[in-house]
Amino acid sequence: MTAEPILEVRDLCAGYRTRGRAGRDRQVLDHVSFTIHSGEALGLVGESGCGKSTLARTILGMQAGYTGLVCHNSQRPQMVFQDPFSALNPARTVGWILEEPLRIAGQSSRAERRRRVDELLEQVGLSPAYAARRPHELSGGQRQRVCIASALIVRPRLVIADEPVSALDVTIQAQILQLLADLRQEYQLSYLFISHDLNVVYQLCDRVIVMKEGRIVEENTVDEIFDHPRHPYTRQLLEAAE
Amino acid sequence: MKYLIKKLCTLIITLFILSLLAFSAFSIIGDPAASMLGTNATPEQVAQLRHELGFDRPLLVQYGDWLSGFLRGDMGTSYSYSLPVSGMVLEKLPTTFVLTLMALALNVAAAIPLGIAAARYAGGLFDRVVTVLNQVIMSIPPFFTGILLTCLFGLVFRLFTPGAFVSYAENPWGFLGYLFFPALSIAAPRTAMTVKLLRSSILEQLGQDYIRTAYSRGSSRTMALWGHALRNALIPVITFTAVSVAEMVAGSIVVEQVFSVPGIGRLLLASISSRDFPVVQAIVVILALWVAAVNLLADVLYQYADPRIRLS
Repeated sequence: MTAEPILEVRDLCAGYRTRGRAGRDRQVLDHVSFTIHSGEALGLVGESGCGKSTLARTILGMQAGYTGLVCHNSQRPQMVFQDPFSALNPARTVGWILEEPLRIAGQSSRAERRRRVDELLEQVGLSPAYAARRPHELSGGQRQRVCIASALIVRPRLVIADEPVSALDVTIQAQILQLLADLRQEYQLSYLFISHDLNVVYQLCDRVIVMKEGRIVEENTVDEIFDHPRHPYTRQLLEAAE
Repeated sequence: MKYLIKKLCTLIITLFILSLLAFSAFSIIGDPAASMLGTNATPEQVAQLRHELGFDRPLLVQYGDWLSGFLRGDMGTSYSYSLPVSGMVLEKLPTTFVLTLMALALNVAAAIPLGIAAARYAGGLFDRVVTVLNQVIMSIPPFFTGILLTCLFGLVFRLFTPGAFVSYAENPWGFLGYLFFPALSIAAPRTAMTVKLLRSSILEQLGQDYIRTAYSRGSSRTMALWGHALRNALIPVITFTAVSVAEMVAGSIVVEQVFSVPGIGRLLLASISSRDFPVVQAIVVILALWVAAVNLLADVLYQYADPRIRLS
């Protein structure tokens, strides 16, 4: 692949001190390095607690105290979170929530913000009428569509999705995955797709990195990982998925 | 609208039960006929007076009589002063009303900015000072705060003359000025509690997932607090403030004694000791009506703050 890199992570280490007098440093990320190219979907798999979410937070700059290099070759990436029920402010309308990234980015024209909100709602398969609704009036799948719209409204080139479908029903999962695939086509998006579910990763990603205890143990194309897993931990994950 | 009608019905039932309770409580204590006539009265004279005042009738009949009078605006006649109760109560009511309203205004005006600031700089010096002061103020009852304020501002700094109440008709500004310190005494402990509640409520909201989403979209801490957390954090504060109003009405009864404010609280205490039942009954119902009305208002406000409630 000769496409330009859109995110480069080099020797990233992050950790925290456990509390108490005998506080020890717990290493959450241990010399993590990888690259995401423009238009590529990279899957990140591993069991819970292996540092996947810390990695996402560090890339977004929401994690204090790390060493190593995170290099964005585009504007700030945007994030889609796991639980669409708690990720949206219950007191605000969908329209307000969607406008927020534009306000932060300094888009001062209200009409322009409204136009973008309507456009994005249609992009994620919701009617613009939803702008006046509040999150509690929406189903889980609809909320996750709103979350995706709010990530895309500032036109990022990289979207980090942290378990975006694991809180949803299976049928809704398929719809959301299809939406993510369609949006990728339409906007030439790159994804860092975090999941513990290899089947989900298989549907959406080109390449996969496997993480265990803060370290990347295997990195390969999606077909190679599934057909010829090299690391015993990858094999273990694959067996568990079947 | 349907909700409001339902709430109004609850309010009327509450007042009905409360007035019945107050009525029965007084009849248990015993009627005032004997004390009105003094120690030299013969049993025949007492019986005669009891008959005149209607105490020999069944309790429910007496209550029904009182209720129908009250609904027509006739609250009966004071035993001690032989004056219509409505006139006596209405004369004192505005003072207490202004006093409580002032306490509520002080409570809201102080608690909201302090609570926000303490949460915004949680863990900092300001937050720690506020937390310590809160603990102290919270534990001092209003009457004692009243005594302290009288000593400090009345006797040392001479900002007001203790006991020299200025009526509204005399000097409106002087009237408000005199009520300031009583209002402060009533508001202080509730304000400390409200600050503590608002602070922890904001911090709880700031730990929610939707705040994490806001940060990931590039929101600053200040924007997350004002745009997202505050509105959700105010919901429990509204409920608490409604309860505070009831507390402050109760507090005003005592504090009026400390500052010699001729309000309804002083009248209430005087009437209880002289067993002036019609006056007590009228005041109890009026205070209850007041507290219930504030709670109804809080319910309405609550729906504006929390859109999830509006549907149900």
